[in-house]
Amino acid sequence: MPPVLSVKDLSVSMNGTKGMVPVLEHLSFDVAQGKTMALVGESGCGKSMTALAIMQLLPEDFRVTSGSILLDGVEVLSASPKELRSLRGDKMSMIFQEPMTALNPLYTVGDQIGEVLRQHRGLSRRDAHAQAIQFLKAVQIPAADKRVDAYPHQLSGGMRQRVMIAMALACKPKLLIADEPTTALDVTVQAQIFDLLSELQDDTDTAIVLITHDLGAVAELADDVAVLYAGRCIEQGTAHEVIARARHPYTRGLMACVPHLQLGRMSNHASAELDEIPGMVPPLGARGPDCAFLPRCAFAGAICRAQPQPPLDRIDAGAAVSCWRHQEITP
Amino acid sequence: MSDGLNISAPADVLLDVNDLVVHFPAGRRGMFGPPSKVHAVDGVSFRVRRGTTFGIVGESGSGKSTTAQAVMRLIPMTSGQIVFGGENIADFRGERLRLARSKFQIVFQDPFSALDPRRRAGDLIREPLDLLGIGSPREREVRVKQLLEEVGLPPQAADLFPHQFSGGQRQRLCIARAMAPEPDLIVCDEAVSALDVAIQAQILNLLKKLQRERGLTYIFISHDLGVIQHFCDEIAVMYLGRIVEQAPAQVFFSAPLHPYSWSLISAAAPPGPLRDRLKKDYLVKGDPPSPVDPPPGCRFAQRCPFVVERCRDELPILQVEAEEHFIACHRTGEIAPPDFASL
Repeated sequence: MPPVLSVKDLSVSMNGTKGMVPVLEHLSFDVAQGKTMALVGESGCGKSMTALAIMQLLPEDFRVTSGSILLDGVEVLSASPKELRSLRGDKMSMIFQEPMTALNPLYTVGDQIGEVLRQHRGLSRRDAHAQAIQFLKAVQIPAADKRVDAYPHQLSGGMRQRVMIAMALACKPKLLIADEPTTALDVTVQAQIFDLLSELQDDTDTAIVLITHDLGAVAELADDVAVLYAGRCIEQGTAHEVIARARHPYTRGLMACVPHLQLGRMSNHASAELDEIPGMVPPLGARGPDCAFLPRCAFAGAICRAQPQPPLDRIDAGAAVSCWRHQEITP
Repeated sequence: MSDGLNISAPADVLLDVNDLVVHFPAGRRGMFGPPSKVHAVDGVSFRVRRGTTFGIVGESGSGKSTTAQAVMRLIPMTSGQIVFGGENIADFRGERLRLARSKFQIVFQDPFSALDPRRRAGDLIREPLDLLGIGSPREREVRVKQLLEEVGLPPQAADLFPHQFSGGQRQRLCIARAMAPEPDLIVCDEAVSALDVAIQAQILNLLKKLQRERGLTYIFISHDLGVIQHFCDEIAVMYLGRIVEQAPAQVFFSAPLHPYSWSLISAAAPPGPLRDRLKKDYLVKGDPPSPVDPPPGCRFAQRCPFVVERCRDELPILQVEAEEHFIACHRTGEIAPPDFASL
């Protein structure tokens, strides 16, 4: 079966004061039906730009300079505005980090969920309202028949994110893009939202692109993962493989610098120092021709300085890494 | 209650907060109804030892930031005592309070809004020294350079404006500014929460280094249990304005006693079968209720999986369970805590 989403050689540039600045370079990945692909990296690495390029919602100064994005066999990049309007919300939809700014404060949540159905399914107002209640029940909002007439400000952050999910899934899209869906939520609510997403995915077989900086979320939800650094994919593979055996020094650094909770007798007072990745992500326009991670890399050697950006080398069916020294340094 | 919280000889206690209450007015219930109050902090007591890190963990609305701001005397408190270095600073007013502030400083979550965008980094760091009249102008310049170095910024950084720094560098500036008057206590209010994980590790290591070198005392507020465990010696869990459990870090993460602590831990446990089991048995549903006019009884009763009738009627008081381990739950001893040993 062909993948639901197939991104090939996608590059995005920003039209800055000094000409075109690359934001995203040669990104390729596929997401199959019912699978979850995680895009991981620090801010400024291009995760959200990838999502916006897929939705064709890039900000004004940003342009796709190469590549193709096939959604269910349809080229998104050449779709007309009218075709895009029918794709968005129907075939593909997106949930954002901050549900308060993503919902319209002037309409009830029932109206906003119903709008999707009236737009794409041609339902009457009354039917859309009835369906909205069903969707609120599906995302486990208590007293759904009352909450359907609530305005966003009357709901808690967790509830609002549930409403966003209900709205995004109302038309049973083939693809759901979740951009840091739990970052703004409390920890106990985060866990509930992740559980909800994976339950709904089991029911609907939706393909999910999960954008996150949290490798714990990757371990829990994702089937595959692509690690982005400074606009390039530097490691790709199954979530299991990448987490168990990260090969790129950046991926390894990301995992080592998070203090992991230790429970039970193992919880001796944690180590004095965290591993850190020195420096920071190079800003747009300040990326050299060589490996972008070079200035921060603890494993950098002569070969890294002498060579250009390493290609994304396929290691086996499950993994690919972009590092000149990965064979020497992988434990 | 304060007798129960006698954790050590007073000599090494830097901060002793006693029955702190902060209520905010919240309009009226209906046009003619009685006035409502937000019970942001409702009777919180704790002690912080010199040179240690006291962690406060909880969800939004739990009152952890309000507690910190009240302790810093940044917002008016309703009642309570804040004994800092032997003096009750809750009574301090005007000039006396202003001068006392040199000894307790705060670093906020968002380094973007915490720095005046129109002033250079050097001026921003020097400002507390100017305001408190510390040193001669020349000495202040030297101190600014020294502070920049201590937080890992180059001396040229003094001439730049905040927007010329990254988020992590800005947080370094905020730390340098807080360090300037040589405080004894620094409150870090979600100071690393807005940063990327790689930068977060850099800032946590910097804070640890400064503590080692200067003997600083921290109150460290976070919702991230992993960070709390890594960074804190003592941990207090807050829920809707009250401390529900308090213990040394190691005790807390090996034998937590409050059902809310179990829920927080199950949400943050490393992925795997243990986490799945913890989540199934202990993760609570729904969102924290509103802190406006909370019902009598345990604040956690609405979400607690182990609730009994008594919990809804009677407010549990924070009591000593074991040495240095405090718990506010009617059902301690009746319900089995999670078993981490099978990890």
